[in-house]
Amino acid sequence: MERKLYNKIVMNHKPKEHRMKNAIISFVVGGLMGILGHFLLNLYSYYLNISTSDAAVFMIITLIFLSSLFTALGFFDKLVNFCRCGLIIPISGFAHSMTSSAIEFKREGYVTGLGANIFKLAGTVILYGIVSAYIFGIIRYFVLGGI
Amino acid sequence: MTIKYNNVYLDGVSTVVGPYEHNGPLTRRFDRYYDDMYMHEDSFEDAEIHLMKESVDILLDKLNKKKKEVNLFVAGDLQNQITSASFTAKDVKAPFIGIYSACATNGEGLILGANMIDKRLVNNTLVSVSSHNMVSERQFRNPTEYGAPRPESATFTATGGASSLLTNKKTEIKIESATLGRVIDMEQIDPNNMGACMAGAAIDTIYNHLKDSKRTPDYYDLIITGDLGKYGKEILIEYMKKDYNLDFTKNYNDCGVMLYDLKSQKEVGAGGSGPVCSALVLYGDIIPRMKNGELKKVLYVPTGALFNPTLVFQKKNILSIAHAISLEVVK
Repeated sequence: MERKLYNKIVMNHKPKEHRMKNAIISFVVGGLMGILGHFLLNLYSYYLNISTSDAAVFMIITLIFLSSLFTALGFFDKLVNFCRCGLIIPISGFAHSMTSSAIEFKREGYVTGLGANIFKLAGTVILYGIVSAYIFGIIRYFVLGGI
Repeated sequence: MTIKYNNVYLDGVSTVVGPYEHNGPLTRRFDRYYDDMYMHEDSFEDAEIHLMKESVDILLDKLNKKKKEVNLFVAGDLQNQITSASFTAKDVKAPFIGIYSACATNGEGLILGANMIDKRLVNNTLVSVSSHNMVSERQFRNPTEYGAPRPESATFTATGGASSLLTNKKTEIKIESATLGRVIDMEQIDPNNMGACMAGAAIDTIYNHLKDSKRTPDYYDLIITGDLGKYGKEILIEYMKKDYNLDFTKNYNDCGVMLYDLKSQKEVGAGGSGPVCSALVLYGDIIPRMKNGELKKVLYVPTGALFNPTLVFQKKNILSIAHAISLEVVK
């Protein structure tokens, strides 16, 4: 068989990605997530009479709770599949990845399954999040004088 | 290598499917279906074992045979270390050969069984395959509840169990000949485009089969490949035309495309895959059509991608294999 000809044919029959469509969906959904977050922030700080930074923690917990709950109820994966980065990039994506791993490996035991695998997808985010925070912390301390 | 058989026949077939296959276009032709992916078991792994065991039970019931009448059991699946096959073999109790050719497993099983019967070592062989979408998802990809977007070229592992009994007693359908495939490396590395990985093996095996048996594609009423999906099918047709000048537009189709309705079942992407995909279409659709006289000569070419997730992450090429089996209606 001729590999060159084959690879040319393969390239011709590759489905095109709808990048523009995906970007627009992500933009709109991501924006709605932002609005929801800010709405919760104002709600908590107004009704519970707490500072904005405290309300921000409450807001994050609410979003994490909702995305974990929806993942457990079994329809959040379809939403994520459709909304893509609109739901993956915010905190909802992080919660979704942890909850789905937890559900997945529960059957293999709480220690050898759930415990060992809960960070299967989220581990990357945590590791590189900490590493980059460390680097930016150093830059901030030495270059910007700790501002 | 093409082998000619004189006394190998297909005695009976059985199929059990999950909800996605039941909602597909071949819905009425399967023996049993389940609405949920657990098949009343505790885990997806147990569900896959259940599917294969049940397909064996249905087949033996249909043929009015007992388990001890089975001379040889050949089976394989996609689960790690083919455990569905082992657990089913424990119940069947016949001598067991566990096989693995990824999605081409059913072809390998039929050829092995046919060889044993043709050489008169056994009188019958039970061949089973199974796969389960969720088991493959967690084994090869992400957790099942994780909604990672997948490209359109990705295929969807079929859920089901399928069994057939080969025998040396004459029936309507004869295994006429078979071509054992070679492992092919087309230098593909994208596990989300299995069609492109496997079309090369299908082309190689079909071409060798036609050359060895001195036939043209027109000889067959239908040529079906295992699970190339929408894009792999296009690749095969174009390559056959451009390199070998063979026309595959008229009597060629792909089981992955036939098992689902690609327009209304968007979740399946480019089509079905998995060892059971081609078996479900062959046993659930093609064999009944051969029995009612619609098709007389069929070339069945299941295709398999030989890879594991570790080596894919290490950027190794995805190898592929395909076996061809020629089935004929005899009077």
